[in-house]
Amino acid sequence: MIEQHLPVLVVIVPLIAAPLCVFLFNRTLVYLFALATCWATFGLSLFLLAKVLQTGPISYELGNWPAPYGIEYVADYLSTFVMSFVTGIAAVVLTYAPRSLNEEVDPSRHYLVHPMYLLCLSGLLGICITGDLFNVFVFLEISSLSSYALISLGRSRRAPLAAFQYLVMGTIGATFLLIGIGLLYQLTGTLNMADMATQLGDDHGSRTMLVAFAFMTVGLCIKMAVFPLHTWLPNAYTYAPSIVTAFIAATATKVSVYAFIRIVYSIFTPQFAFDVHGLDVFLTAFALIGIFVASTAAIYQVNLKRLLAYSSIAQVGYMLLGISMNNQDGLTSGIVHMFNHAVIKGGLFLVVGCFALRLSSVRLEDLRGASRTMPWTSFAWVLGGLGLIGVPLTAGFVSKWLLLTAALDNASYLVAGLMLLSSLLAVVYVWRVVEILYFSEPSEAVKSSREAPWSMLVPTYLLIIGILVFGVWTSYSVGIASQAAQALLGGSP
Amino acid sequence: MDISSVLGLFNYWIVIVLMMTGFYIVIARGNLIKTVIGLNIFQISVFLLYITMGRMEAGTAPIIQKTAEVDQAYSNPLPSVLILTAIVVGVATTALALALIVRIREDYGSIEEDDILALDRES
Repeated sequence: MIEQHLPVLVVIVPLIAAPLCVFLFNRTLVYLFALATCWATFGLSLFLLAKVLQTGPISYELGNWPAPYGIEYVADYLSTFVMSFVTGIAAVVLTYAPRSLNEEVDPSRHYLVHPMYLLCLSGLLGICITGDLFNVFVFLEISSLSSYALISLGRSRRAPLAAFQYLVMGTIGATFLLIGIGLLYQLTGTLNMADMATQLGDDHGSRTMLVAFAFMTVGLCIKMAVFPLHTWLPNAYTYAPSIVTAFIAATATKVSVYAFIRIVYSIFTPQFAFDVHGLDVFLTAFALIGIFVASTAAIYQVNLKRLLAYSSIAQVGYMLLGISMNNQDGLTSGIVHMFNHAVIKGGLFLVVGCFALRLSSVRLEDLRGASRTMPWTSFAWVLGGLGLIGVPLTAGFVSKWLLLTAALDNASYLVAGLMLLSSLLAVVYVWRVVEILYFSEPSEAVKSSREAPWSMLVPTYLLIIGILVFGVWTSYSVGIASQAAQALLGGSP
Repeated sequence: MDISSVLGLFNYWIVIVLMMTGFYIVIARGNLIKTVIGLNIFQISVFLLYITMGRMEAGTAPIIQKTAEVDQAYSNPLPSVLILTAIVVGVATTALALALIVRIREDYGSIEEDDILALDRES
């Protein structure tokens, strides 16, 4: 009975838990309730993933209305894979949250954080599982609106401004998506993705279809923070409370990448996007420029959060490179990198949260010599940084290696060369921080600080050790991702 | 394209004009309230696009009546329903944006983007 309704439960559980949170006035009670919900959702999505791996994709009809007319939820390899790591990271970050929240968010606003967090999670999961295009827009707005509100909770006065700028960009992006959906509906008379794909068929010449595709691509590129549409991201990540940054940085852009993969591969077909209209050339170019510009910008940052934010923009570039290669290996590497980067960036932002708790600052000059008093936190940065660079035995290496072999198979030697070169930039910005942590005289603030509490270090190390585990054990990440890529490419004629 | 087909596309012209007006306001205005107004105009143009596509000439509400003629045309109600959802989303976005502006004004004492950025540079 429950098993049959799994696809909808994953979305519904956090959605219903969110308003209930507001009614629980006790702060500890709200936190425990939200935490239980997050872990339960994680369990449900793992259960769903296991079921999909066993029996193949599951289609669920909401309210028993048959598919092209009613809303259909589709749990396939890709969607359950993305859902499993999104919920996993949400659960770990919330476990880490209480100490960090006490420090960084006004106590009178605490009861708002958890409902918003759950709503955001529910929106992200909805985007993943729905098979209905208009539903994607609605869930995108649910997750975006709650993330604007979460970002504005930062203590700095710049937080509301950063949230506002993100709101303007995000709304333009979502409205572009809405225009695209409208034009497609006009063309096909359906909103169901699978039905839409059959209706569009091999007709690649229609102007309406091209315009719809253009609007949707640009709209999602804003959400993915693809260079040069990334301007909202550095401020939003920098001024949001640490746990919000960790959660959003690890999940929100990845889910937008997921939506983009769905639209390109499941609705428009790669033939239309890449062969007829040559989107791959543009995507590759923007991805590479973005990687270089953002990595270079990261080198010059004096704020640790902003440094990681720029690095996130660069990392989205690698995912896009994989997606635009239009072959099984490339797509697999793009999907794996979504997962690996989520774990790495989530872990690193949790490290930043530990520094923010003890030193009340994340400016590099205040972190000087922090390895003396905070050895565990500093070591976590080193491990996470190695993952970000893509050193062998870390998760980052797995996805970059796949991407590199895919590029070489495609005979795009220039792309492969530039990719390797860009990893050197990552070495520079990670090393700069390591040097400050380990080889500088401790600052006054550092001398009087202590190691971060265990309640925060344990969740941080959970993700950091995840980087090492998924660097060696790849049958979960690469195995499922290649199955997902195969399904995406096999589904299109 | 003759005059009747140009006039026949009247709604779509309005959609394009509104869309560009709204988009331009968002890009060009530094006042935060005006940005929100621009955003609203931009969104409303899309609402019109949807509503227009659902409507057809001589189409009535899609309710079958006993006395209806056999070849009676019906308008598609679905775009209007979709847009009802989008309007709700738009209202929520506007409410959140205005709430953020209130907080920005409390902190900076201004809602002009240039002034705010100048204040940030000083600090």
